[in-house]
Amino acid sequence: MSDITIPTSEHADDHSHDHPAWLAHHFDDAEQQFDSGKLGMWLFLVTEVLFFSGMFVAYALFRSLHPEVFVYASQFLNAKLGAINTGVLLFSSLTMAWAVRAAQLSQQKILVSMLAMTLSCAAMFLGVKAVEYTHKWDLGLLPAGMYITQGVAEPNHGNWLQILCIPAAVFAVIFAGWYLFALVGRNRFQLQIAGPLLVASLCFFAGVQLGVFLESGESHGDAHGSGHGATHGDHHEGAGDHAAHAIIVDHMVATSIPGQAFPSEVFVDPKRVGIDEPEINQRGRAGIFFGIYYMMTGIHAVHILGGMGVITWLIVKAARHEFHSKYFGPVDNVGLYWHLVDFIWIFLFPLLYLIR
Amino acid sequence: MAHTSVDASAQIDSHGGGHGHGDGEFAHPASLTMLFSVFFTLLALTILTVWQSTLDIGAAEIWVTMGIATVKAGLVILFFMHLLWDKPLNAIVFLSSIIFVALFLGFTLMDAQGYHSTIEIKDTLEASLPPAPADLPVVPSMPTT
Amino acid sequence: MSAVISKPLVAPVESAKEPGNFLTHTSGFLSWALTLDHKRIGLMYLVGVMSSFLLGGVLALVVRAHLFYADGAFLTLKQYNQIFTLHGAVMVFLFIIPSVPAALGNFLLPIMLGAKDVAFPRLNLSSFYLWVGGAIFFLVAMLTTGLDTGWTFYTPYSLETTGPVVLATMGVFILGFSSIFTGLNFIVTINTMRPPGMTWFRMPLLLWAIYSTSIIQVLATPVLGITMLLLMAERFLGIGIFDPKLNGDPVTYQHFFWFYSHPAVYIMILPAMGIISELMSVHSHKGIFGYRMIAYSSVAIALFGFLVWGHHMFTSGMANVTTIVFSALTFTVSIPSAIKVFNWLFTMYKGTVSLTTPMLYALSFMFLFTIGGLTGLPLGALSIDRHFHDTYFVVAHFHYVMMGGTLVAFLGGIFHWWPKMVGKMYNELGGQISAGIVFVGFNLTFLPQFVLGTRGMPRRYATYVPEFEFLHQLSTYGAFLLGIGLFVALGVLINSLFRGKKAPTNPWGGATLEWVCSSPPPHDNFSKPPVVGDPYDFRGLEYDAREGGYVRRK
Ligand code: HEM
Ligand SMILES: [Cu+2]
Repeated sequence: MSDITIPTSEHADDHSHDHPAWLAHHFDDAEQQFDSGKLGMWLFLVTEVLFFSGMFVAYALFRSLHPEVFVYASQFLNAKLGAINTGVLLFSSLTMAWAVRAAQLSQQKILVSMLAMTLSCAAMFLGVKAVEYTHKWDLGLLPAGMYITQGVAEPNHGNWLQILCIPAAVFAVIFAGWYLFALVGRNRFQLQIAGPLLVASLCFFAGVQLGVFLESGESHGDAHGSGHGATHGDHHEGAGDHAAHAIIVDHMVATSIPGQAFPSEVFVDPKRVGIDEPEINQRGRAGIFFGIYYMMTGIHAVHILGGMGVITWLIVKAARHEFHSKYFGPVDNVGLYWHLVDFIWIFLFPLLYLIR
Repeated sequence: MAHTSVDASAQIDSHGGGHGHGDGEFAHPASLTMLFSVFFTLLALTILTVWQSTLDIGAAEIWVTMGIATVKAGLVILFFMHLLWDKPLNAIVFLSSIIFVALFLGFTLMDAQGYHSTIEIKDTLEASLPPAPADLPVVPSMPTT
Repeated sequence: MSAVISKPLVAPVESAKEPGNFLTHTSGFLSWALTLDHKRIGLMYLVGVMSSFLLGGVLALVVRAHLFYADGAFLTLKQYNQIFTLHGAVMVFLFIIPSVPAALGNFLLPIMLGAKDVAFPRLNLSSFYLWVGGAIFFLVAMLTTGLDTGWTFYTPYSLETTGPVVLATMGVFILGFSSIFTGLNFIVTINTMRPPGMTWFRMPLLLWAIYSTSIIQVLATPVLGITMLLLMAERFLGIGIFDPKLNGDPVTYQHFFWFYSHPAVYIMILPAMGIISELMSVHSHKGIFGYRMIAYSSVAIALFGFLVWGHHMFTSGMANVTTIVFSALTFTVSIPSAIKVFNWLFTMYKGTVSLTTPMLYALSFMFLFTIGGLTGLPLGALSIDRHFHDTYFVVAHFHYVMMGGTLVAFLGGIFHWWPKMVGKMYNELGGQISAGIVFVGFNLTFLPQFVLGTRGMPRRYATYVPEFEFLHQLSTYGAFLLGIGLFVALGVLINSLFRGKKAPTNPWGGATLEWVCSSPPPHDNFSKPPVVGDPYDFRGLEYDAREGGYVRRK
């Protein structure tokens, strides 16, 4: 990625004549360099689309063969969280497009702050995603090989959300330290980098909060999710309680006395969902849905992480005042990449969360 | 593809010939009004699609939902990625990816639909037949170990 | 690796007035390891792919030696499976896919185009290191624990075997990135880096071929990437897409795999066809016949190549209607290949054919590729493929196109451009002998396999019925003869580094731009922008005995 976008500046020296540092020696002029980078980026996006296409094909195949599985399993996804995340990503696309504009107009301050906003939205997206994932792991809504039939066994609480928060917390502490350090040293350049990074790592927690809030707000009356959010903070407390229920409860029992067999209400109650299908509620059926779900959203999340990496790199370059109206290719190209990640999500969201 | 090439060659040649224009401005900053109106349209469409999913419109649902998603994706591509103002070559490049995805999807889907029905037929056939005798001669298979 | 090649290749600077070339431009290990020069990267690839070829070739000889006797000579059945897997995977992923585009293509593309370098030199270098990394990953995985799935990694076996499937697929994944980045780089280079005057239809046909190849690399390779990733996930997590135990579907795996791998066979053959277009024209000293037809047919092959993947799955339980569609499309895709063959023939017609080493290789390509291509047609016919699928007929078919086609063209290309790459002439007679031995050895190896296949000898078997012993033994003799021919070729090339005469600028009388640069080319390719003319206009090119090569007279 970075190779597509960085012009090889160290080569300028063997062609000192009218070749500014940002123009690589094998290009004739800024426009040729820009056009090449841009075409390269579009081609890269083509490979991304085809890369994701494999998962869309897998989705389409299984959906067309087993529509009932998708109807059943997609009810475990929380459309509210998906919608919120869609909004977050759309907003990040807006700020990214604005950042490109700022680079083109040589508006350095706006550029840095727009990149910072984009980065923060990305972190927030991941925060919400972390809640979604860990919630499903707790319920045993896992890929086929590990899927746990719902309503039969005891939910298996782990500290997954906390564990996922650890790296973000470490980053937040590091960046906060760096920010303070830069503040004391009055280093404007470092402040411009540490600030956005600190905000972004805090935004991850904002995302987690938001996710927990929405996930718990659901538990009563809404068919989608379950009341797991309430147990996030304090799931240790229920451990002994759960042990008492560590019996394999028959599926029929589970449906006949909803909410009683499972005091924490973490299960989607099959009755409330309106489908009672032991045929589907098993590894080779619903499990495949979750296999596809994790692959699609997981690889998308990896792309978000990658995007965060390159945006950070842009922030550093922007803080160094490297971009201006003749040289903004990297911002533009990272922008294209970022919009593509949004583009993919625009399809993932309805396919996984909405269509029944 | 032949068209791509011709188009592109025309472009490149004009670029090669007119170097003076190479030093000019090639940045086309997007206006903020445009960016914001696209963003709010996208938000509105998101709300629309979520609301729409609560209705029960049967088999049409997938088409409506995917239609909305396609419009959204188109807005992102055309405006946020400013493909509308970009070189036609880049648009062709991107469109080609969609075409090849459609090809991949189309053939595999067509096939899966076809052969799964044959598998089901076979299943029911086998179910209706008496169980095979256990001492059927074993066909020698590929040695693997 | 680069240190090894830098020693023999860096010729001592002959005289002070001699301008430096890209080999002598800088020296030292790092000047190679960190080079951004497409020519050096091309040479490093060349050493890499040739080493892989050596490894794959030795494994092939082991397989053939084992099959000398009906009961197998010396391998256990398990070892046999591991060795043919390693052979196939090394040849496909490490050798043949990067061979022409990454090695020769890297060296030649910018020069033939008249550019200073590829569009993204750093990306180019990272492609190379991805290749090295992927190769190491792949080989370590396979050599330490023994993969035995065949190069296709078909499920469900690849989910059940204890072999290092995840590591090997990881290696393939990385190699895929290398291939994608090379293709992307070439497309951009050809689109944006052409100097004034270099229009699309003044490009040498090798560039058209590489351009088409790059299109496939960019469009198809990502699907291999996701297939490998899903396979890994299937093994790790059990996502249930491919695994029949979890209600997954192995036929889906085959669709995914062949959506890449059929286009990939065109990644292998298209650049080779490009080489042949150059060789035929230059060594017949006559303009190429049907330039536009050849150019368009390259692009057509690249695009149609995406429509026929199902012909590898006729017997896998596809739906009847799909098999019929894929069969019909398979026939159409052979048309552009045939167009090329006819054009090459007409290029030679009334030309002044000189039977140099490259031309001999090109002629054997014509012969072998025609057989390989034609035997693809019966395989594409449904009724026949029922019988021939997974027999030696298929093995012979793809060796005729991959070895007889790509490898032979690659060798021809190496002999053709060797003077340009290293600045030394090789021993012509030696080269001609190698071409002869390779041709005879190749046919002796693989013609019997067609016969074996039609009689029902299945592929990938470690033992067979005694009736087949004679044909198998012929094939084994042929394989060793082929090996000898290849070593002769290698010997001729290496010998030239030490004893070869200094190469003239234009030893064969080519009209493309690389023959305007000195041999070897200077670091920056062209000190001033080259004058671009018709790449196949040989008028005015005359042999100059004093130069030892051709010069252009006005
Ligand atoms: C000229 C047109 C061609 C046609 C019509 C054709 C047709 C076929 C068909 C139908 C098969 C499947 C046979 C079977 O498994 O039952 C096949 C296999 C194969 N072909 Fe071709 N082919 C053509 C050219 C090529 C070329 C140019 C290459 C590579 C350079 C190639 C490489 C292969 C390989 C590697 C396989 C076997 C793959 C495997 O199962 O391991 N073919 N071909
Ligand atoms: Cu094929």
